[in-house]
Amino acid sequence: MTFDEILNISPYSLGRAKKEKLLTERLAELTRHHRANCPEYEAMLKSISFDESKISDYSELPFLPVRLFKELELRSAAKEDIVKTMTSSGTTGQAVSRIYLDRVTSSNQQKTLVKIVSSFTGSSRMPMLIIDCPSVIKNRAMFSARGAGILGFSMFGSDRQYALNDDMQLDIETVEKFLEKHSGERILLFGFTFMIWQHFYRELVKLRDTMGKTFDLSNGILIHGGGWKKLVSEAVSQERFKECLTDVCGLHDVHDYYGMVEQTGSIYMQCECGHLHASVFSDVIIRDPYDFSVLPQGEKGIIQVVSTIPESYPGHSLLTEDEGILLGEDDCPCGRLGKYFMVAGRLQNAEIRGCSDTYAAKF
Amino acid sequence: MTNLEKYNDAFITTFEITEDQLAGLKYQDIQAWDSVGHMSLIAALEDAFDIMFDTDDIIDFSSYEKGKEILSKEEYGVKF
Repeated sequence: MTFDEILNISPYSLGRAKKEKLLTERLAELTRHHRANCPEYEAMLKSISFDESKISDYSELPFLPVRLFKELELRSAAKEDIVKTMTSSGTTGQAVSRIYLDRVTSSNQQKTLVKIVSSFTGSSRMPMLIIDCPSVIKNRAMFSARGAGILGFSMFGSDRQYALNDDMQLDIETVEKFLEKHSGERILLFGFTFMIWQHFYRELVKLRDTMGKTFDLSNGILIHGGGWKKLVSEAVSQERFKECLTDVCGLHDVHDYYGMVEQTGSIYMQCECGHLHASVFSDVIIRDPYDFSVLPQGEKGIIQVVSTIPESYPGHSLLTEDEGILLGEDDCPCGRLGKYFMVAGRLQNAEIRGCSDTYAAKF
Repeated sequence: MTNLEKYNDAFITTFEITEDQLAGLKYQDIQAWDSVGHMSLIAALEDAFDIMFDTDDIIDFSSYEKGKEILSKEEYGVKF
């Protein structure tokens, strides 16, 4: 099964049995591909005498810890075919992951993101307000996760505008002009959770309280991601985050997403019911932190992510350092099929990661 | 300016290249045409022809020649 065939499937259309078959087939294929093309990966699988032809479903595939990409240069493509190296977000002093992308994997990431996001936003592009500063995408050779996130989502924007200046201050005049120009239109807003809270929401509150100035974003759809750590420590829950935004600027169509640079593209979008959903392109498995067995619905464990995209690096099955809870499968009231889940936070003593969280560590 | 001139100009200005580099040029062939450069090129072409690309066409826009093909489609109606 090629990735192009998978791309033709509507993102939330497969029930458990069909999705399991699809994933098992594709992920076993990817395992074979990476064994043949990445000597380090082959050595690891050989050392546990793993045989992918003997598995009955994809939960039996080995998973690499995400931090391995910090320690090893893991590539399944020739060095000269690598067109982009993505790095994880990390606080100062942390080692960063390096993810090597060739043309095929890079383009499949973008295609997947378009499929997933446009199933929420519709296929037409919208004027887009990016709640970040323009300098994030300046260093083009080495792409940070933050820049990659912004750039990946830029595809959905027509007229794109950054809402913050390079000092991370709200550029009121620019935002005003932008909203005037597109008044009455549906607007896409994108940013990382903490930046939105700190530099957008708080500034809007200040403007309202001191100058009586308000912005109307009731036509907007906000997509945000990158971690909740800092906001949780400030006792801002997901519900409160949404309520506050509705209160200050009328924004009510708000979607969080869960994703990571090691599996760019196959993100998990939050539905109208507040659940994160796995699309046909990827899946989550919640594992017991002590023996790594698969946990049933409702129990908190470590999140394993599998993705059908990675061909240029062996990242199709990874153990994250996040904890999560499987909430259900194929029966979310929103109608989307597949697993839905919540992220419960980072593992104790895990490094700070996430575009939002690493930035917030400075505050 | 003819449509071809406008089309070429978008590449030349966005990527700071010369006209003789255009034929056969593919996405990621030169440093300037990376994912950031791609979105700048799309914006330049949208301005030049007063159109808006579909997201699928932005992704399919993989070479100088492919771009002409996409722009020639009925929904954009650019004739070269």
